[in-house]
Amino acid sequence: MATATLETPYGLTREVTLVRDPSIDASIDIEHSETVAVLAEYDTVDAVFYAADKVRKAGYSRWDVHSPFPIHGIDPIMGIKPTILPWIVLAGGTTGMIAGLFLTLFTMATSIPALGQFSGYPYLISGKPLNSLPAYIPPIFELTILFSAFGAVFGMLLLNNLPMLYNPLFRSHRFKRATDDRFFVVIETADVKYDEVETVKLLRSTKPLALERVED
Amino acid sequence: MATISNPFFIGGTEVDNTIDDPRGRSPLVLGGKGFRDVTDTVVGVQDKCNTLAWYICFGISLSLLSCLVVTLGLLFSTGVGVWGNNQPVGWAFDIINFVFWVGIGHAGTLISAILFLFRQNWRTSINRFAESMTIFAVICAAMYPGVHVGRPWLAYWLFPIPNQMGMWPQFRSPLMWDVFAVGTYFTVSTLFWYVGMIPDIATLRDRAKSKISYFIYGFLSFGWTGSVRHWHRYEKMYLLLCALSTPLVLSVHSVVSFDFATSQLPGWHTTFFPPYFVAGAVFGGFAMVLTLAIPCRQWLGLKEMITMRHIDNMCKVMLGVGMIVAFAYIVELFIAWYSYYHYEQAHFLNRAFGPYGWAFMALFVCNVFVPQILWFKFARSNLIIVFIVANFINVGMWLERFVIIVSSLHRDFIPGSWGMYYPTPVDIFMFVGSFGLFFTLFFLFLRFLPVIAMAEVKSVMPQAHGHLHADHDDDHNPQLATAGASSTMPDTTAGEKPGDEPGGQPGEKPGEKPWRGGNW
Repeated sequence: MATATLETPYGLTREVTLVRDPSIDASIDIEHSETVAVLAEYDTVDAVFYAADKVRKAGYSRWDVHSPFPIHGIDPIMGIKPTILPWIVLAGGTTGMIAGLFLTLFTMATSIPALGQFSGYPYLISGKPLNSLPAYIPPIFELTILFSAFGAVFGMLLLNNLPMLYNPLFRSHRFKRATDDRFFVVIETADVKYDEVETVKLLRSTKPLALERVED
Repeated sequence: MATISNPFFIGGTEVDNTIDDPRGRSPLVLGGKGFRDVTDTVVGVQDKCNTLAWYICFGISLSLLSCLVVTLGLLFSTGVGVWGNNQPVGWAFDIINFVFWVGIGHAGTLISAILFLFRQNWRTSINRFAESMTIFAVICAAMYPGVHVGRPWLAYWLFPIPNQMGMWPQFRSPLMWDVFAVGTYFTVSTLFWYVGMIPDIATLRDRAKSKISYFIYGFLSFGWTGSVRHWHRYEKMYLLLCALSTPLVLSVHSVVSFDFATSQLPGWHTTFFPPYFVAGAVFGGFAMVLTLAIPCRQWLGLKEMITMRHIDNMCKVMLGVGMIVAFAYIVELFIAWYSYYHYEQAHFLNRAFGPYGWAFMALFVCNVFVPQILWFKFARSNLIIVFIVANFINVGMWLERFVIIVSSLHRDFIPGSWGMYYPTPVDIFMFVGSFGLFFTLFFLFLRFLPVIAMAEVKSVMPQAHGHLHADHDDDHNPQLATAGASSTMPDTTAGEKPGDEPGGQPGEKPGEKPWRGGNW
């Protein structure tokens, strides 16, 4: 319980008793939004090349270009380093090959009764050796490809932080054209170089079609 | 550009972009389309499908699918005796249809992966079609070995799962190789198809008209924003998947052919089956792509994206692999004679002149003689002829598997064990029903998913190439560069509607942008 004294212009006062302490913030947030990024819209590939070049040279690090299709040649302009994805695929393929070798050789050429139903089951066919590797190549090959493909697809999604179903950019109506025909340069406010005035000035100097604050 | 008259169900003319001009590349997208027009056209397919015609086609497919459900129910409740399989023909429609559908399922990955590695940009308009067709065909194919085992509730024995019997699948068996090959192929092509679609589903999300479709497409597109940093890894993944799928696609039909080639039976025991089967699969797959693409481009307004040049290229690929297939048929006959092995010789005489000789002759007509018309330009640029030839090949490829399987099995070494094979109505309706499954899935695809890989098409359009570097200038067509100011700077007009720009080359339709090549 807290009390407060209200004064009126006529010199009268009134005491009120409050259930909740007015010095403590209300627990229900009033709808508020915060700028998380500034986006600039462009309509040609060349314009976005020009803008990307300027933004990188200005020293920003938390920024990105969004386009409806992969733009070729923009990676060096944005300073994007080659991805490590091929190594993930190599690791996947190696895992698959080892798994295939183990599966075929273990189940066909070994017998460890202590393992119960997990034991291998050697079965002699036409006097062929139990570890007849050439005959096991097809399954080993297929498992190698399968695991490499998993590495490629899931590795790409992982490195890209996808699936990410919520993104403040989706609040922008303008940004819907990023998957259609427009190109966007987005600079995050979390960038150390971000400055409310300077960043907007920089983007304005690249002659975009539009500038917009992305609220979250 | 010149036009050619091309009546197909509905009359009309087509823009002829099949002429090769060494001064520049032919355009892959016609009608002076910008990026937004590509989006509109492809997203518009969904509205075009929301018509009575779509519901009628879908209804027909569903009723065919019910044939499959009924015959499968009959098969499960009664046993494989409902089929016409007997001794000596223990493999019949089930395996014929399996090989037929798996074969069709090859064109998708060939178009997506191999043509990508060869930098064939024209593939972008048809790869989604072909990949979808692949997935649906492999679903149809994968069903057959599952039900062929006789006791389908034990089909899990195909997989290496530890069990109370302490038994494992036999990895020396080509049938086991098949399980791994087809299983991997289905998984990898589904992944390939789906990740290829993520950016396009994101486009559908951003074009969604209702909350429900926004939610569903939003969920399916994984929150794709088209970030260039994402594209960078995405493209690397795409390239790697292509490089992985190429040996995979070649291995799958090779492994399918091992089912036959590793046996001792004359007619099956053939060392060159793997390349022969792969060529046949590509041949049949391209025929099916054309069978689907020709009506779709007419009725769904995709004429400017699946152009006559695409049809022409597909015909040429089909003719090329068709010649390999024809060569294989002839070599098979030659080797039978040359081997001096009388069982082999007797088998091939029986194949051509025995009780199933009609199928062998029909196969030659469909797969060897009819496709020869594709040598001629007039045939390749007439959609009716192309459609008919493609369907001859569809029939011919089915007959090829029929001939290989049934005519090899029905008369083996001992005349006392010879017999004949006749399909039962269950066999036939199950085959018809598998078309129902295929077309049901295909019509759902047309209605709900992006039928053309929009992002890929946009990336091979002339506007997609920036001009920051001087080395891009060698893409310029010198003749076009002098034709008008608009041709030298087509990039500045990206996204504009056709007609905003004066024509490039003299004699061109106004608004048609000159093509200026570029690599993917």
